[in-house]
Amino acid sequence: MIKAILIFNNHGKPRLSKFYEHYSEDTEQQIIRETFHLVSKRDENVCNFLEGGMLIGGSENKLIYRHYATLYFVFCVDSSESELGILDLIQVFVETLDKCFENVCELDLIFHVDKVHNILAEMVMGGMVLETNMNEIITQVDAQNKMEKSEVRL
Amino acid sequence: MALKIVKGSIDRMFDKNLQDLVRGIRNHKEDEAKYISTCIDEIKQELKQDNIAVKANAVCKLTYLQMLGYDVSWAAFNIVEVMSSSKFTYKRIGYLAASQCFHESTDVIMLTTNQIRKDLSSPNQYDTGVALTGLSCFVTPDLARDLANDIMTLMSHTKPYIRKKAVLIMYKVFLKYPESLRPAFPRLKEKLEDPDPGVQSAAVNVICELARRNPKNYLSLAPLFFKLMTSSTNNWVLIKIIKLFGALTPLEPRLGKKLIEPLTNLIHSTSAMSLLYECVNTVIAVLISLSSGMPNHSASIQVSFSRHAHTFSLKYLGLLAMSKILKTHPKSVQSHKDLILQCLDDKDESIRLRALDLLYGMVSKKNLMEIVKKLMLHVDKAEGTTYRDELLTKIIDICSQSNYQYITNFEWYISILVELTRLEGTRHGHLIASQMLDVAIRVKAIRAFAVAQMATLLDNAHLLTGNTQRNGICEVLYAAAWICGEFSEHLEEPMVTLEAMLRPKVATLPGHIQAVYVQNAAKLFATVLRGHEGVPADSMVAQETSQLLIDRLPLFVQSSNLEVQERASCILQLVKYIQKLQQKDVEVAEEVTALFAGELNPVAPKAQKKVPVPEGLDLDVWINEPPSGSESEDEGRKSKGKAVFAKEESRHTKPRYTEVDEKELAKRREVRKAEQANNPFYIKASPSSQKVRRDGVGVEHIPVVQIDLSVPLKVPGMPMSDQYVKLEEERRERNKADKKKKKDKKKREKGEKGRRRRGDSGPESEEDITPAHMVDIVTEEMPEVGIYTWSLPHWTFSLPLSESTARHLNPCLFPSQKSSTHKKKKQKKEKKKKKHHHNHSDGAGDESVQNGTVEEEEPLPVSNQSPFTLSINPCPLCQIPVCDIQGNLQDGSQVVVSVIFENKCDSFIKSMEFNVLDSLNSKLQRPDGAGPHDGLIVPFQLPPGISNEARFIFSVQNIVMPQKLKGTLTFIVKTDDSSTHEKLDFKLHFTCTSYLITTPCYSDAYSKLLESGDLKGCSLKLEGVNQPFHHLLARICFHHHFSVVERIDSCASMYSRSIQGHHMCLLVKTADQTVSIDAKCDEPGLLGNVLDEIKLTFSQC
Repeated sequence: MIKAILIFNNHGKPRLSKFYEHYSEDTEQQIIRETFHLVSKRDENVCNFLEGGMLIGGSENKLIYRHYATLYFVFCVDSSESELGILDLIQVFVETLDKCFENVCELDLIFHVDKVHNILAEMVMGGMVLETNMNEIITQVDAQNKMEKSEVRL
Repeated sequence: MALKIVKGSIDRMFDKNLQDLVRGIRNHKEDEAKYISTCIDEIKQELKQDNIAVKANAVCKLTYLQMLGYDVSWAAFNIVEVMSSSKFTYKRIGYLAASQCFHESTDVIMLTTNQIRKDLSSPNQYDTGVALTGLSCFVTPDLARDLANDIMTLMSHTKPYIRKKAVLIMYKVFLKYPESLRPAFPRLKEKLEDPDPGVQSAAVNVICELARRNPKNYLSLAPLFFKLMTSSTNNWVLIKIIKLFGALTPLEPRLGKKLIEPLTNLIHSTSAMSLLYECVNTVIAVLISLSSGMPNHSASIQVSFSRHAHTFSLKYLGLLAMSKILKTHPKSVQSHKDLILQCLDDKDESIRLRALDLLYGMVSKKNLMEIVKKLMLHVDKAEGTTYRDELLTKIIDICSQSNYQYITNFEWYISILVELTRLEGTRHGHLIASQMLDVAIRVKAIRAFAVAQMATLLDNAHLLTGNTQRNGICEVLYAAAWICGEFSEHLEEPMVTLEAMLRPKVATLPGHIQAVYVQNAAKLFATVLRGHEGVPADSMVAQETSQLLIDRLPLFVQSSNLEVQERASCILQLVKYIQKLQQKDVEVAEEVTALFAGELNPVAPKAQKKVPVPEGLDLDVWINEPPSGSESEDEGRKSKGKAVFAKEESRHTKPRYTEVDEKELAKRREVRKAEQANNPFYIKASPSSQKVRRDGVGVEHIPVVQIDLSVPLKVPGMPMSDQYVKLEEERRERNKADKKKKKDKKKREKGEKGRRRRGDSGPESEEDITPAHMVDIVTEEMPEVGIYTWSLPHWTFSLPLSESTARHLNPCLFPSQKSSTHKKKKQKKEKKKKKHHHNHSDGAGDESVQNGTVEEEEPLPVSNQSPFTLSINPCPLCQIPVCDIQGNLQDGSQVVVSVIFENKCDSFIKSMEFNVLDSLNSKLQRPDGAGPHDGLIVPFQLPPGISNEARFIFSVQNIVMPQKLKGTLTFIVKTDDSSTHEKLDFKLHFTCTSYLITTPCYSDAYSKLLESGDLKGCSLKLEGVNQPFHHLLARICFHHHFSVVERIDSCASMYSRSIQGHHMCLLVKTADQTVSIDAKCDEPGLLGNVLDEIKLTFSQC
């Protein structure tokens, strides 16, 4: 299971947070801060896994992250997930964002966090991976956007 | 109405949308909180409007604010309103907001049930999709119960998009409403074969999650998953399935064999590293579940994997995988030691910590020093106290694991500990201190060295105590002071140490350390007095010492710590009194020393519990009259000394008793109990694996065996641990050289090793490395009563072994065979015997009985010089060095023979067939359908240098007579260009003793048995037995599987039982080198044969 998906920038500003278990707003902020603290002090050339994200679920969980330019994509997962599999999933997620936003940059995420959520919802549902095929994800996202546009025209 | 709509849209144009809000926040960096609070006010206004578009916009903004940490639960009702909008756009906003901030205690959730149900059945698939996605985040037990049926219907929806979401959400429903699992499961299983890969993947995900919680229930799905694994191309699905198989294989080993091939195919075909890694991981799990026989296989995979470890993530995962292999195949990991040590240099802490974890399991006697040396280097380099402390604890863990099993030179270890004290700011001073104490107490041979080191530490105490406030390292002074005091006889210059312990600076140390200082200063004082008294020229020194104490102790008398104050004033008065006596030229040394007399023995913490309270003994009642006044004073003084110094007194009292009766025994137990309760140095032993209740017989009879070994090398001054690495190497070289000389006698040694320490590491066997010091260890398998010591299983013996012993031990030698091959075996047996000494000889212990079977070793002699091997194959080929014959308690007519096969030639050996010529009485059990003369196929092949074990079951009808079975082993030796068929003959010897099982017996049960009169008697006299009685008993216990029921002086009763339940009782008496054994058994034939075997044992020693 995926416990949480966090995106924040190099300064720790949250750009997206999705928790699949309930936490109070304060705890969520604390988790984001601590995760940022853990991840940001690591070199570029080290492994993408971190143990001891004590806030979410304890020692069984791992933080798996990737760093793209100004953004960190962090997935907090339990032992049922494959570490390298999740790394691939993050890559799929980012590539999908890139396709949907056409050369995605941090600003896209800042201003369209709702769209990012919608894209993510086609990939991960309730902490479980729904779809890993990028084309399928994009097809569904596009179809929904088209529907939205048609409604606005009304 | 129209006007209203127009007004709404105009309003909307002036409202902020999400983008405006974000922009606004970014423009108000200075007063963000204030800006947001005005925005929230605006949002509240917007939510009050009727227009759903305005509301949706407001909710959208709230979702963003929620991410920034603002509580938006107050708007929950509005969110529900937006969710129920008929427009997809708004519905989606509503569901998103709900999924972000609703949870089980949100009360408006119960209002949503009908809305969600409506959305689930909406003709628009995206309405349904959005509802499912939202629901997956905030489903409650109520919602799950109410909607389970609707979702189950959706699992068979025509659109795959809905199907996959419905399948996936079922997991959440199961979690919240477990009753739904049973009805939904068949459909879920169906979805594993759904034509749409997305739906398939969702079903796999759900079942994998379910199976992770309870793998056993999902074993039946294995064939289905197996099919998917070979057909699916979706990497994610494959990873999930392979992970699932990894969890299933330990439960069903047959699965593992099937998996190897498809997994290997995947490993070779896939380009996705993630899939490759999971395959390797599962292959490891499979190999582990298949257990022995394939260490090479996993090693090769491991090699291929670590070769890929160029990227950092893979390095981490490689280490993770290695730790899995390490548990079962330490050998294959140990070969990567260098790689792992390299990882310690990695700048990534995740990797360093993983590597440290691995090291713990990788050490052996051979590489311990090297590894610790590397770690010490890292300690010096490490920045950050957390990592350094981690290193420190790891070093100590590694060294002290399994009772210091891997330490061959304790001088080296003490130096390591001393070096560690130089670490600044560590929190683990107490850990180092306890190790110092433990080693100094338990390794007797090291004491002189330890004391010298500790004295240096005390002398340089100022270096350690730079700032005592936050420095945990001063704890080591506690250990240092105690060791110097307790073992002060080893001090070369007690005066200097005494002076160091009484420096004014000591008063700044923590109280408990000062207390130890004061007390041990007194011990040192006693030592100094003893050293100097009697010689006229030295009496001045003695008096000066008294004066020194009188001068310095008042400082401690003023201490605010009660303990320090009390001890100091006590000792001060004592010294003053002594001074007076000294001035009158009275010799006091003897009496002062007596204050601290006695020796310390390690005792297992649970030993006391195992002493049963004898019947009719009330522990609260006086056993004798209360002692007279003067005696109680004496006792009181002694026991005070004990409480502080943990003296063991039982040995002093022992000689007083010449005859032992129950009452006295009970009294002694009482005394011992009190002593042990006061003894703070009860050494911890790991939890006992099996507890056999025994009758407590006199502990005092337990001989405390002292093993005196010379300390090989003295290194003056404060040695660096590195020196030891070198010295140790030299020592090993010497040992090796010694061994080479005897090599002709030990040709078969290798096979023996394989038998003893299968799965052990290193090309050079552990056995070759003999420890320089012994640890007195109280292991888990303590006899139930008493204090005794024994040492590690890997000790060496200096006992001379005579050829006759060997002959006795191997009564079934091939006529052609020389005893050379048994040299090693003999030694091993001797070891075993020695171990039994400690417990059997006194009737206390019985540790060899485990799970009701007793192990006995009957060497199965197959000469490596059998002519055919020599003539056909130039390289010596060794086959069956050892076999075990074990009685099977479950079935009185079965005996299990374990045989170790080792291939000593350079060729591959396969198709081994084991066959035994059955006798009327003993038969090799063959599988159904096999003829009575068919051989059993040994279920493995042997590459060069590999050994493996096979077990064969024999059924035995009559155990009264000893018997020999002839057998042959046929096999094919495969070389590069040819293969030859070969044959080896051997004999299996079942002695009557091998049918006996060491069984404990209570003395009351024993006497009842004798009284019953069912047993027939027989007796035996042995002349000229020239060995101590307890050795004699130990011999019987060890060789013939008896246990001592009771022993009084030179008379003992013993008991054993055969696998078929015959009772056998012995009464052994000794007088003037003559041993008489009166035996009783319900089967006279068996008894006669066992007695003959006992006679043989003693005639050969």
